[in-house]
Amino acid sequence: MAGDAVVTQGGEMNFVHQAYVWLNDPLNWTNPDALLDQLKQHLEISFGAVFLACLIGLPLALFFGHTGRGGGFVVAVSNVTRAVPTVAMLTIFYLSGLGLGVRSAIPALAVFAVPPILANAYVGMRAVDPEVRDAAVGMGMSGGQVLWRVEVPLSMAYIATGIRTAIVQVVATATLAALVGGGGLGDTIAAGFGLTIAAGGGQILAGGFLVAVLALVVNGVFGVAARYATPRPLRRPLRLTRWWRRRRNASATGTLG
Amino acid sequence: MSFLGSAVAMPASASNPWFSWDYLHENADTILTLLRFHLVVTLQAVGLAILVAVPLAVLAYWVRPLAAPILALSGVLYTIPSLALFAFLAPYVGIGTRTLLIGLVVYALLLIIRSTLTGLQEVPADVLDAAAGMGYGRFARLWRVELPLALPGLVTGIRLATVSTVALVTVGVVIGQGGLGQLIIGGIRNNEYHAEIATGIALCVLLGLTLDGVLAILGWLATPWSRRAAK
Repeated sequence: MAGDAVVTQGGEMNFVHQAYVWLNDPLNWTNPDALLDQLKQHLEISFGAVFLACLIGLPLALFFGHTGRGGGFVVAVSNVTRAVPTVAMLTIFYLSGLGLGVRSAIPALAVFAVPPILANAYVGMRAVDPEVRDAAVGMGMSGGQVLWRVEVPLSMAYIATGIRTAIVQVVATATLAALVGGGGLGDTIAAGFGLTIAAGGGQILAGGFLVAVLALVVNGVFGVAARYATPRPLRRPLRLTRWWRRRRNASATGTLG
Repeated sequence: MSFLGSAVAMPASASNPWFSWDYLHENADTILTLLRFHLVVTLQAVGLAILVAVPLAVLAYWVRPLAAPILALSGVLYTIPSLALFAFLAPYVGIGTRTLLIGLVVYALLLIIRSTLTGLQEVPADVLDAAAGMGYGRFARLWRVELPLALPGLVTGIRLATVSTVALVTVGVVIGQGGLGQLIIGGIRNNEYHAEIATGIALCVLLGLTLDGVLAILGWLATPWSRRAAK
């Protein structure tokens, strides 16, 4: 494992400096199984798990939402999975014979990605105005047409939010895959904890920093993506746009002090 | 990978069952100690989180403009992966229970703040008018009217926080403070000792569900008026 390049400055433990030095060593990035490989694994696990969860969660949500049944099931799935520790789920799949690493980490994390995707999409489908649905039926649309042309577009904001919540959560929890040999950026942190704090403190901090940045970046990117996945008329205007419109309207009517 | 490095010889039995009385019997002390640790740490973390989160929720409720920043900040903290949070704390706070506790409290905050704030905001306006008409001041109204009426929301938040804290304690294995998680990861290291792993997982899930049930009952007992209304 990379990460032996730790500088301890005459006993003084400046971990931030250590982390900085550690991150500046190119070998810590390019070595086999070092940061770049770990980042690739991390994204592979995260997107694999969310893709798998979409394959399971979205059809269920569309079916339950369209028929108006299964609300209790959706709630039950969310509640039961919350009580199972991620570490436990990773361990179960690790021991299930799927193999080491990405192959067992993806299904394990998909289990936790299903509830947000399923619940949000279901809520979105049920939030469609019944009168709109009636109007669509009155226009002679078939069940399939109502689903694809009315219900799905109108609940797109919810569906996108569910996927975003899932991906942010999975990127964060994929770090734990390192505890059961699943790879990903957690390896850097776990390896640092494997050394003593005095020797590995910088590496631990560097790993934590990278994972936190990745989680926040993914959160931001998917926030924007979720916005663009929503049909334009349904988008909530940005705060700046709202402020600008209010100002414009106010000045047009002369009420702005 | 380093966590799976040290393989200890598996106890002398050729088969590797998922459940074994022998294992439970011989290791009862260890298991009970870890279970107690898991329970105590969870209760401490949730207790501390309540002490921090409820005042913050009240602040966000009283001072409207602060609501968005308070929720946003706790949301960002919630987004940071647990392992990363322990990574930030460990070099400075050490690898003791304190690091674990701080991490757990940080994660419980958002859940409790959000549901308490929702509960407070859902107190009906005419109830507030009635309280004002009866001469309640800001604090008396909060203590005698608003917080009791927000109690169902608060209980929901505490239940969510408790269940996820029980699950999260297992991540403490990286600093050797994983409670029942020690059995799970220890079992893997111990040549994939199934009985140890299964015991850790089962007790963990049971502890979460039991605490959730206990809190649900306590919440039910604490809000007799909502039961009367339901009838």
